[in-house]
Amino acid sequence: MNQGELHFERSPENTLTINVSGDWKIADALPSSDDLMKEIDAEAPPQRIIFDTRALGGWDSGLLTFLVRLKHHCSGKDTTIDFGGLPKGVQRLLDLSSVVPERKEARRDSIRVSLLTHISQVEGNIWHSILETLSFIGEVSVSFFRLFTGKARFRRSDFMLVLEESGVDALPIVSLISFLVGLILAFVGSIQLKMFGAQIFIADLVGIAMTRAMGAIMVGIIMAGRTGAAFAARIGTMQVNEEIDALRTSGISPVEFLVLPRIIAMTLMLPLLTLYADLMGMLGGLVVSVTGFGIGMNEYFQETKDSVAMANIWVGLFSSFVFGIIVSLTGCLRGMQCGRSASAVGDATTSAVVTSIVGIVIATAIITILCDALGI
Amino acid sequence: MMEQNNSTARTPEPHIIVRDLTMAYGENVVQKDITFTVNKGDIFIIMGGSGCGKSTLLRLMIGLKEPAKGEVLYGDVNLWSLTPDERERFMRNFGILYQSGALWSSMTLAENISLPLEQYTDLSPARIDEIVSLKLSLVGLAGFEDYYPSELSGGMKKRAGLARAMAFDPDILFFDEPSAGLDPVSSKLLDDLILELRESLGTTIVIVTHELASIFAIGNNSVFLDADTKTMIASGDPKKLLVECKNPTVQSFLNRGRPGGCRYDENEAEQHSAGPGST
Ligand SMILES: Nc1ncnc2c1ncn2[C@@H]1O[C@H](COP(=O)(O)OP(=O)(O)O)[C@@H](O)[C@H]1O
Ligand SMILES: [Mg+2]
Repeated sequence: MNQGELHFERSPENTLTINVSGDWKIADALPSSDDLMKEIDAEAPPQRIIFDTRALGGWDSGLLTFLVRLKHHCSGKDTTIDFGGLPKGVQRLLDLSSVVPERKEARRDSIRVSLLTHISQVEGNIWHSILETLSFIGEVSVSFFRLFTGKARFRRSDFMLVLEESGVDALPIVSLISFLVGLILAFVGSIQLKMFGAQIFIADLVGIAMTRAMGAIMVGIIMAGRTGAAFAARIGTMQVNEEIDALRTSGISPVEFLVLPRIIAMTLMLPLLTLYADLMGMLGGLVVSVTGFGIGMNEYFQETKDSVAMANIWVGLFSSFVFGIIVSLTGCLRGMQCGRSASAVGDATTSAVVTSIVGIVIATAIITILCDALGI
Repeated sequence: MMEQNNSTARTPEPHIIVRDLTMAYGENVVQKDITFTVNKGDIFIIMGGSGCGKSTLLRLMIGLKEPAKGEVLYGDVNLWSLTPDERERFMRNFGILYQSGALWSSMTLAENISLPLEQYTDLSPARIDEIVSLKLSLVGLAGFEDYYPSELSGGMKKRAGLARAMAFDPDILFFDEPSAGLDPVSSKLLDDLILELRESLGTTIVIVTHELASIFAIGNNSVFLDADTKTMIASGDPKKLLVECKNPTVQSFLNRGRPGGCRYDENEAEQHSAGPGST
């Protein structure tokens, strides 16, 4: 194998002979063409370019890309290129590559916009997405109304499937996380409480924290990452495959058929999962208290019973109900807004999770302030 | 809809009128000034290079995408001046085969075909089952009732999508590249099926296709969309276009790129080996 080489030489009648020799393959190191381009750009550019390929070895797209570059470089100049000296195969491929001329509009220039235009565009986008969200919520509300008047349609079997997806299937991960959260709460709290000899209050701490906030928040976040994301991916993929279009043109409303069962299932399951998570969290607290601080099981149980008021549980359940709506609605919304490519599905999923979690945090803040104002 | 209405000498009766249509994605205009008429019982071909806006035109005609300008008329019904509810109801008259098949992936083939029937008719389950097997056997998929779309090959999905499109015996069928991904035999069978649907049920059929053989075999009217000028550059019977149309883009399309002088032929190459100037 011999190294590809590039030489050129100008004749008195202003013809540039380009001598390509050796192997010109993509995988090889190819000679630089900078000097050649400079020669063509010189004050007295050559009139004609011809090729000498007697010493050319193997070639592939490595040679072709060089020739295309040369051709582009010479277009608009007075220099004519005579490809006649090249092997027939090279000429044919070069011709093929220029059969379909580049579509000028196809290549998009990124337009430079002034900062002000940019800001107004962003503002426009924000308005647009707010409007889109509101109209989606409106559509869902109308579907709910139709459901109560017995007109909306979805398949029972689909509903049962979603119910399972957003309920039973989530039990293992919910158990693990809430048990650990209870454990951590108990452990961190106990270090402080021990200083006052008040270890027994671990039960109060864990019980109230779990029922009032942590249970619902943890379940909300788990469901956002698990099922909300699945909703977005599922509906997004249906969007990509034109399945949503097919529903529409069959006269079946995608909102009724896909979104409604998901929202109902999730809003039903989230409070139940939250109750379960509360129990698992308290179990975590119990394990720490009994094994680490010598508190009796009965004692812990009694203390929990005395401290956790019904109001705490109701607040937690109400929060989880709200989270259920937030998570399922954003999951479905992002899915329906999904573009028509695989990467759009990825974006939809990410965005569903992020929006849900932000929504959960904001909703928690609002609920906390409201409860404070109402004295609950 | 099942009556026989095959009068041999059909007098053209407009079924779909597309007038002055401009379609765009945001600012980006895909095609403009599209005007044509599809008559009842036509097999109407939409052709053009890939990416020129054929699928987009179809989306406008079936009410999935709003035109930037112009109108789509079905008789005296203007599709885009209906309320969304009315339009949704109107769309039930259409049978549509999407470019990707678009079968509902969570349902079996039988469920895919029966879903619209269950939703909008009072047919008994036994009748629906009969219809499902009839439609599947028409597209050569008899016995595949309980398969899920993911268990089928690309060509089979296309055919199943076709069965679903025909479920209702609609007045109008829209096909987006029905023969892409089909072997020559199935492709020929598909052509026969399309002709038969037109003959026996009088269905109007609008097809987006590249398949020259079927364009000439079944099409009796067409439009040609061009990506460069962004408008239609020819319309009429494809067989006549082949003979009469002078436009080089259309000619080169209908002749697989030959007379336009685009492709290098081995022996032509010897004659004008003068260089790239010839293209
Ligand atoms: N969802 C979309 N958003 C923006 N542009 C699109 C979209 N879908 C298609 N296009 C553009 O519209 C043009 C026509 O697309 P299409 O109708 O799918 O072409 P084809 O004739 O191959 O069916 C293409 O140039 C494509 O880039
Ligand atoms: Mg297309």
